Amino acid sequence: MNSTNMLLAAPELWVMVMACVILIVDLYLGEERRGIIHMLAILTLVFAAIITLRADYAADGVREAFAFNGSYIRDTMGDVLKLFSFLILAIVYTYAKFCLRQFRMFRADFYTLSLFALLGVMLLISANSLVMIYLGLELISLSSYALVAFDRDSRLGSEAAIKYFVLGSMASGMLLYGMSMIYGATGTMDLGQVAQAVRSVGSDDPLLVFGLVFLVVGLAFKLGVVPFHMWIPDVYQGAPVVTTLFISSVPKMAAFAMAIRLLQTGLVDMQADWSQMLSILAVLSIILGNVAAIAQTNIKRMLAYSTISHMGFVLMGLLPGTAMGYGAGMFYVIVYSLMSAAGFGMVILLSARGVEAEKLDDFKGLNQRNSWYAAIMAMVMFSMAGVPVFVGFFAKWMVIKAALDAGLMWLAIIAVIFSVVGAFYYLRVVKLMYFDEPLTEAEIDAPVDFRAAISLNGIMMIGLGIFSSSLIAVCMASFGA
Amino acid sequence: MSLKTILLLIPLLPLAAAAVAGLFRNQVGRAGSHWVAILGVGVSFFLSAYVLYLQVFGNLETLNYSVYTWMVSDGIRFEVGFLIDHLSALMMTVVTFVSFMVHIYTIGYMAEDPGYQRFFSYIALFTFSMLMLVMSNNFLQLFFGWEAVGLVSYLLIGFWFKRESAVAAGLKAFLVNRVGDFGFLLGIAAILYCFGSMDYSEVFGQAGSISGETVSIVAGFEWQWITVICICLFIGAMGKSAQAPLHVWLPDSMEGPTPISALIHAATMVTAGIFMVARMSPLFELSDAALSFVMLIGAVTAFSMGLVGIVQNDIKRVIAYSTLSQLGYMTVALGVSAYSAAIFHLMTHAFFKALLFLGAGSVIIALHHQQDMRFMGGLRKQMPITWITAWIGTLALIGFPFMSGFYSKDSIIEAVHASTRFGSDVAYWAVLLGVLITSFYSFRLLYLTFHGQPRYRVDVGAGDHPPDGILQHAPKESPLVVTVPLILLAIPSIVIGYMTIEPVLFGGWLSDAIMVLPQNDAVAEVGSHFHGPVAMVTHALGTAPFWLMIGGFVLATFIYQVRPSMADQLQQKMPRLHRILENKFYVDEFYQSVFVRRVINIGNGLWKKADAGLIDGVLVNGSARLVGTISERIRLWQSGFLFQYAFAMIVGLIGMIAIWVMLK
Repeated sequence: MNSTNMLLAAPELWVMVMACVILIVDLYLGEERRGIIHMLAILTLVFAAIITLRADYAADGVREAFAFNGSYIRDTMGDVLKLFSFLILAIVYTYAKFCLRQFRMFRADFYTLSLFALLGVMLLISANSLVMIYLGLELISLSSYALVAFDRDSRLGSEAAIKYFVLGSMASGMLLYGMSMIYGATGTMDLGQVAQAVRSVGSDDPLLVFGLVFLVVGLAFKLGVVPFHMWIPDVYQGAPVVTTLFISSVPKMAAFAMAIRLLQTGLVDMQADWSQMLSILAVLSIILGNVAAIAQTNIKRMLAYSTISHMGFVLMGLLPGTAMGYGAGMFYVIVYSLMSAAGFGMVILLSARGVEAEKLDDFKGLNQRNSWYAAIMAMVMFSMAGVPVFVGFFAKWMVIKAALDAGLMWLAIIAVIFSVVGAFYYLRVVKLMYFDEPLTEAEIDAPVDFRAAISLNGIMMIGLGIFSSSLIAVCMASFGA
Repeated sequence: MSLKTILLLIPLLPLAAAAVAGLFRNQVGRAGSHWVAILGVGVSFFLSAYVLYLQVFGNLETLNYSVYTWMVSDGIRFEVGFLIDHLSALMMTVVTFVSFMVHIYTIGYMAEDPGYQRFFSYIALFTFSMLMLVMSNNFLQLFFGWEAVGLVSYLLIGFWFKRESAVAAGLKAFLVNRVGDFGFLLGIAAILYCFGSMDYSEVFGQAGSISGETVSIVAGFEWQWITVICICLFIGAMGKSAQAPLHVWLPDSMEGPTPISALIHAATMVTAGIFMVARMSPLFELSDAALSFVMLIGAVTAFSMGLVGIVQNDIKRVIAYSTLSQLGYMTVALGVSAYSAAIFHLMTHAFFKALLFLGAGSVIIALHHQQDMRFMGGLRKQMPITWITAWIGTLALIGFPFMSGFYSKDSIIEAVHASTRFGSDVAYWAVLLGVLITSFYSFRLLYLTFHGQPRYRVDVGAGDHPPDGILQHAPKESPLVVTVPLILLAIPSIVIGYMTIEPVLFGGWLSDAIMVLPQNDAVAEVGSHFHGPVAMVTHALGTAPFWLMIGGFVLATFIYQVRPSMADQLQQKMPRLHRILENKFYVDEFYQSVFVRRVINIGNGLWKKADAGLIDGVLVNGSARLVGTISERIRLWQSGFLFQYAFAMIVGLIGMIAIWVMLK
């Protein structure tokens, strides 16, 4: 445990090296050969996945391994989340290539920034000390701020980036403050040792509780749950749609991992406290997210509020503090990321010639224009609404079951009622697509890799629903449930 | 290739074919879609036959395994699993063979239809669903297959969706089947309640444990659980297998294209109910009451539907009523615990009834979609292959010695005769007289269609849609894609009974799937007098069924060949009887006035008062307005000002500190 053991972090090292390589290669490429950047980025992800899959640390019985003197951890949960990060980022790149070309923004910046953000995501997922958590988080945040302001000429984008930056810095400050409290109370940065120290200090130590509140606030901001959600609608709407696509999917998995590392590994003895905090945040998010989404006419904003409610559901999985609950939360966050990618992918698909299709009305009569794309969007909406057979249903079902098993009946009832409220705005999209007349007859055109990716992404909604048990089993196994 | 892979491929190949032919219909084109569908179903047939071959000659054991666990809830497993024993292997082979023939035939029959690819996609999907149904090892998958074949059936009845009558027929089939399926679902729910499992082997293994347990459905009446379960399941079978009084949808289903009538509404889907009861024999055996009910329903259907068949003029409807009557025979067999006889008749019937339907289809194409037999006649000269195969089908249907139908139908009649179950004497008379009726309407159909003088006129200048009785072109024999399936179906129609009666019926070949209590075993009683298929014929020459069959033949020949005017005279002499039969015992009218009209009235009332007024007005729109208002208010908080956002965060932080740090 005390060795450096660098090779364990090979996936991270590889992504870091490749991000730098792409940065340099781009200098030598002209406008018309930018496609190479895209290929390199996809290649990076494929090899990162292969390296991750060669999990040779997992010798018989050993399920986790440490590097960098215990501040870095490899385990099943981390590997699975990383693999899905790669998959989703590959989908994101496929959507992004088409979108960036259309908007004449096809530069390497998007790729390098998002690869550095991915590095942050990977570090955060594998973090086993407070410092590493902060490091990963900041790497994601800084890259994300830049990505939001990526379209330099967009006034909305710059405004969103400033808001994101200021609020994000506040949240980072709070998190850091919380970490310092924890450090003060326990005298260690290592999460495993924090857990031991908490046991000896006693979980009702005021300093620890104070620190916990600040940690949860930082976490809540990252997840975007009420009342730390205000940035989400503005940033989702203001940022270029490719950026929204990215920040709504991959970093959420990192935020989930951060919650697990901090709360389950580090502060497990304070479960009674953080459980209460999370349950209030979860309830507020599920209520506000679903109700506010109804009033939106902008689909990016609508999906932003939908994200808030989904994150409430993820918290619902976390807060019982059971292995089943953690597994359910993990399943939910993976499923959410896939759904979100598909949803924003559809927005990109409908965006024609540099104009983002961000109005709900842009989806009117989609079935008449192209019935397959309408079917994909319908599957995504059904899945987000939690209609049975689609994968979103199983995700909701499992977190609600976890809450019920923990005796949180009131929470489950609120979750179900507001899922029904939420079904309204998801199904409204379906209604617009199938029962309204299209505003334009323009042909929907996309390159073949885009079509393949969005079809695959859409089929996952029903495919993962029917064959949900294997993914659920993997998530459960990550926590030994 | 391992056996499990083969078994998985059998249903999945048709599914894949359906997906390709349906979803990529424009890419693969007409020829592409029929090739892919025929290939999928054809390979599936050969694999099924291979599995059957392994069972017959390779001593393949019964396989019962789970393919995929969908979920586990409260200890109950929801699975996809296969139970491959002799019964399911036999069904798989019959289903895929008939389906394969129908696929080939469709190339000729639907050649000019704009919905060509859609049709192939549907029938391949049907084959998949039917295979899932028969291969299942649990009730969930059984129900899935059950509903899936139903779905494809409605889609295909309403295949020509621009024709109002076709749409209405599809709706009727759907509604009537809802009634049956409701019973079926209740039956499955009762099984789940009593046994806590959906798995066949677990349920059958515990079946004895609930004998004697009762339930009080109506206060004061105690019912045996097992009887309730069996009757509920059988109500499902009544819907799917069109037993009186839920038979009304099947004749109307003839609105669908003829290949479908052959495949779904004669050979395979409608026999799903028969198959299901046979599969459930370990349950049904425990309830004499349920079996008596099954037998009487079957007897009523077998007798009365044959009678209606006599007065029909539409060639397909005659065969449809004949199907109803034959399904009644199978049901009677189930009712006297002669499950293997029912399955045996199911198999022979699948071949000869598919043959008859496809033959009728061949005639219909030749006459440019004329289905009324009053405008046919004398077609034997123009259509020799269709004519000969139709004769073979007819002889098999009426049970002419050595033909397949003879062995299966005679066995059923003998088994009913041997049975001692309550009501079996009534059933015996019903099935016995049924033979006379079957023979009569079958020969009537043959004579009106193929013999005598043509009752149509050929007029080249008649235009595209000439009135009844006038054809633009002279009828001619159908192309090879139509006649080859006829010939291939004619062969088993002749020989399959002779070849297989001994093992299937008396050799205990199905005994790994079918459970019969010794005191109920009517088949064994019949089997004790069985000395080979030839001896069975010589013995039959001296019995009532044979002479009744000859009687039907003589009567039909006399009325329709010797004295053609007699049919009309008889009709005028017995106007009341004729009217009752022509109106099919007024069952449709009864349903229309008792159920349909009332349901429509209730529906209208609920719609206007309850739905539009209370639910839409107060609950839905009211709560929607409320949520909308709240939503608008929340929107105001999202002001866009950074300081307000930061303020919200600070408030949240302070609130949390207040609760957890200060108060605790």
